[in-house]
Amino acid sequence: MKNGTVDLHIKDGRQEAEKVRTPFLEFWRKFKKQRIAMIAAFFIGFLFIVALLGPFIAPYSAVEPDYENILSSPSMQHLAGTDAFGRDIFSRIIEGTRISLFVGLSSVFFSAVLGTILGLVSGYYGGWLDNMIMRICDVLFAFPGILLAIGIIAILGPGLGNVVIAVAIFGIPTFARIVRSSTLSIKETLYVESARSVGASAKRIIFKHIFPSTLSSIIVYFTMRIGTAILTAASLSFLGLGAQPPSPEWGAMLSAGRDFLNTAPHVTFFPGLSIFITVLAFNLLGDGLRDALDPKMKD
Amino acid sequence: MFHYTIKRLLGIIPTLFIVSIFIFMFVHMIPGDPARLVAGPDASYKDVELVRQELGLDQPKVKQYFVYLGKILQGDLGTSMKTKRPVFDEIADRFMPTFWLTIWSMVWAIVFGLLIGVISATKRNKWQDYTGMFGAVSGISLPSFWLGLMLIQLFSVKLGWFPTGGIESWKSYILPSVTLGAGVAAVIARFTRSSLMDILREDYIRTGRAKGLKENVVVWNHALKNAMIPVITMTGLQFGFLLGGSIVVETVFSWPGLGRLLIDSVSFRDYPVIQAEMLLFALEFILINLIVDVLYGMMNPQIRYK
Repeated sequence: MKNGTVDLHIKDGRQEAEKVRTPFLEFWRKFKKQRIAMIAAFFIGFLFIVALLGPFIAPYSAVEPDYENILSSPSMQHLAGTDAFGRDIFSRIIEGTRISLFVGLSSVFFSAVLGTILGLVSGYYGGWLDNMIMRICDVLFAFPGILLAIGIIAILGPGLGNVVIAVAIFGIPTFARIVRSSTLSIKETLYVESARSVGASAKRIIFKHIFPSTLSSIIVYFTMRIGTAILTAASLSFLGLGAQPPSPEWGAMLSAGRDFLNTAPHVTFFPGLSIFITVLAFNLLGDGLRDALDPKMKD
Repeated sequence: MFHYTIKRLLGIIPTLFIVSIFIFMFVHMIPGDPARLVAGPDASYKDVELVRQELGLDQPKVKQYFVYLGKILQGDLGTSMKTKRPVFDEIADRFMPTFWLTIWSMVWAIVFGLLIGVISATKRNKWQDYTGMFGAVSGISLPSFWLGLMLIQLFSVKLGWFPTGGIESWKSYILPSVTLGAGVAAVIARFTRSSLMDILREDYIRTGRAKGLKENVVVWNHALKNAMIPVITMTGLQFGFLLGGSIVVETVFSWPGLGRLLIDSVSFRDYPVIQAEMLLFALEFILINLIVDVLYGMMNPQIRYK
């Protein structure tokens, strides 16, 4: 079964088309076997609903202060307690879901688009262009961890929009390298050679023939990268370089709770737990996708 | 091996060159006038022009770059705008705390990472494996600043075992290094598991078992030795991520290191310090990668003889 062909099985002397397995069905068959990744996928779906419905389902306002309820512990009224301004932490976490998912998805989307184009061009054309793109990637790789993002923020100034740009730039070289290495092997295959021999243009070969084959590794890395992006953005906000108060961004909420660690640990506990569970879900989903899409793991 | 090392050493020169151009451009990419920034918001036009001449900002960009490069090579990294001290001294004061924090984190990470990885690989698909790997993926997903704050809350505030921050004694190193090392331990555990599982399928392992060697001897003496080659490379590369991670962890634990200096400098817009720190971090990272590559070459004959 490959690429939508029909599986023929001989049963009682009769040939019958038992199942038509497209690559998607084949992927789905493998993916649904992985229970943890499935749970993670459902949880992420749930997070998207929470992000969409945010203000409608939050029991309290995320930004309105309530000075009669300052730093109250978790209770039936306030499931995750309240912060130093009396704001309901549970409601703020619900509204913060939208920010975290937006930052994670948009920054990784930009990294993926730019990185993929660079990787395809670099791998397909080779030569000086490849050399130049890879040297630029080397330079971006020379800055460990979130240092590059911090450097970019130092130039652009703090703020959530700039965090998206910084985290996006930080992810470009990895996508470029992954796509380049897939492109290098795919461009040597027979079908690409035959496309070239019938006179297909370079643009057509790259986007119609090579790009679809790199897609599985892009999807896996895309998912894994969202977790890292959310974590990086939250770290930047924690450091005071990202979302600014009173924004209900999880990293910024955690940072604001640091001063009350002795008296009200719940102010830091719940936002941190939200970041952890969300990033964990994306990482588990990424692991599951890798196992289902990686040809080396095929049974 | 010698030729390989020399070749790799020469290979980092172009990267370092481009990194230095990138960092030089950094100060010129900042919106606004750097001379105005250095002179301060209240400085007169004349003062700003004086600062511009003093910093050489009135010269052509190419000339400015080579002056900058020349100064770096002589160890002159400029003067901090905040403290008015030489940047070199600022960094020198903060280097050792970060260095020791990184080393201790790596020690924890290797010990726990290897142990979890080996147990998971040898108890494949059993509860030990599932627990170990779930722990590892959790370690990768944990925000280090949250883990740090939770550890402070439990071990410093409630139990009073360790200080909440700063450097007072050897005890001060425990919580920050555990926090920083957790993510790396998780990466090492996952990598050790997959590498060891590959090796355990090899023929010579089957031979070892067939001739009656104890399972412990097979795993620790025969399999782990070969499984370690990719793990060591991976571990070396994680040093770079520790350097990056130290920025966050040092802020949580009020650690007087390079990471916190960087964050303080970014909030103060102390550009000479930011520039110097970015250069230092990049240089360290490139050198670590080089050492890892050379070590890999020494351990793996397939690379060495290429």
